[in-house]
Amino acid sequence: MIEIENIQKSFDDKSILKGISGVFEKGKTNLIIGASGTGKSVLLKNIVGLVKPDVGVVKYSNRDFTNANRDLKTEIRREIGMLFQGGALFDSKTVEQNVMFPLDVLTTAPVDEKLDRANFCLKRVGLENTNNKMPSELSGGMKKRVGIARAIVNNSQYLFCDEPNSGLDPQTSILIDNLIKEITLEYNITTVVVTHDMNSVMEIGEKIMFLFEGHKLWEGNNSDIAKTDIKELNDFVFANRMMRNLRDS
Amino acid sequence: MQLAFIHNLGKYFVFMGSLFTNRESFKTYFKLTIDECVLIGVNSIVLVSIVATFMGAVTTLQTAYNLVSPFIPDYVISLVVRDMTVLELAPTIIAVIYAGKVGSSIAGNLGTMRITEQIDALEVMGINSSSYLVLPKVVASILMYPLLVIIAGILSLTGGYLVGVLLNIMSPQDFIFGIRDGFNPFSIQFALIKSVAFAFLISSISSYKGYYTQGGALEVGIASTQAVTTSVIAVLFADYLLAQLLL
Repeated sequence: MIEIENIQKSFDDKSILKGISGVFEKGKTNLIIGASGTGKSVLLKNIVGLVKPDVGVVKYSNRDFTNANRDLKTEIRREIGMLFQGGALFDSKTVEQNVMFPLDVLTTAPVDEKLDRANFCLKRVGLENTNNKMPSELSGGMKKRVGIARAIVNNSQYLFCDEPNSGLDPQTSILIDNLIKEITLEYNITTVVVTHDMNSVMEIGEKIMFLFEGHKLWEGNNSDIAKTDIKELNDFVFANRMMRNLRDS
Repeated sequence: MQLAFIHNLGKYFVFMGSLFTNRESFKTYFKLTIDECVLIGVNSIVLVSIVATFMGAVTTLQTAYNLVSPFIPDYVISLVVRDMTVLELAPTIIAVIYAGKVGSSIAGNLGTMRITEQIDALEVMGINSSSYLVLPKVVASILMYPLLVIIAGILSLTGGYLVGVLLNIMSPQDFIFGIRDGFNPFSIQFALIKSVAFAFLISSISSYKGYYTQGGALEVGIASTQAVTTSVIAVLFADYLLAQLLL
């Protein structure tokens, strides 16, 4: 479980996050949604520690991450796996080396064991025969799947995904969404996904936090999201014709 | 302008300090450093060899062209070429070439890793990205650049010898005599001290410029250019400072 309390962040006097609190539950796919520029990615960076909040605290299973000393911070970070928007695979390494990377650097396990684990994770994301491919040889969807394999290879307790569907076709998007949901349930981990894709919201949104101009405006799940009377949320949810048609029918 | 310079200088020193905190295992760094030695050092040998050979050849030709008095013996040409090569041309001019090739490559590499979130990925894993990525580059540079300078010095003198002898500017005996006459071994030490300082400056400044790149492909290009210009200025400044202090 991850708790965030009153997270505030400004850049050059421009306030991006204006006091956001909430809980991301274990074993659930927690979504942070909102239009572009509302602070979703900044909030995620605050949670994983890439950016330090001006005010507020992030707690991982009751451990204060924001004010932790270096050792505790490193310990918590080693329980985190993250899928970045562009995959963030290391260009100079093969798929296998990318997936094995956290094990190579952070563990002292024998090579065979690390290789078995990497192959297991690659199989789990449906990429068994790509070990020797370079990231430049992969499609967008494959890069994301390798990113997921790398994120879970070290038995991560927390999985973060920044716009996992950006740049993907609808079918591949659903495949990635389902993979994230399955992995969350299978390993009983805390997953936080930042997205503005309504298909993802409806598909995997077990717990959803809606941000608007740096504030948390609404929290709920995918069966409640279409039933609110919050104008900003309705504008976001029913922005496309298909959703409006569904509502009207 | 001055404030920006002081801010950058302070940030650079903090960055250098971060290379030594929260490090990974020695084994990890050893492997990375060997890889960087190949990328930085071995892959620069051809370019350095070509530049050094021609540099020695041209220096011999121009020295001979200027020393036309019958009162100056021929061996003075190779003596001048030797001192110019060992003291200045091999460590300093090759440093400018090295900054252009290796410095821009380091900045481009780190800049690309920054904008494609690869550095963020390392940080999220709990790895000190600056130490993991930069320390091996700096160590490899310090190990390999003096070797490149030694190669450059030898090839530069060889180039001078070939031109001097093949174009009948002087006899082989005169060239060898000039190389050995009044030789001060400290000039070799001085060249190696300079090469270590230059290697550190080029690799660390280029890493700093690349590591803090923000934006997109355009900014990566800008960071590479800045890495080369700042490194070259730092090398020339250090060259003056070391000459003043050690000679």
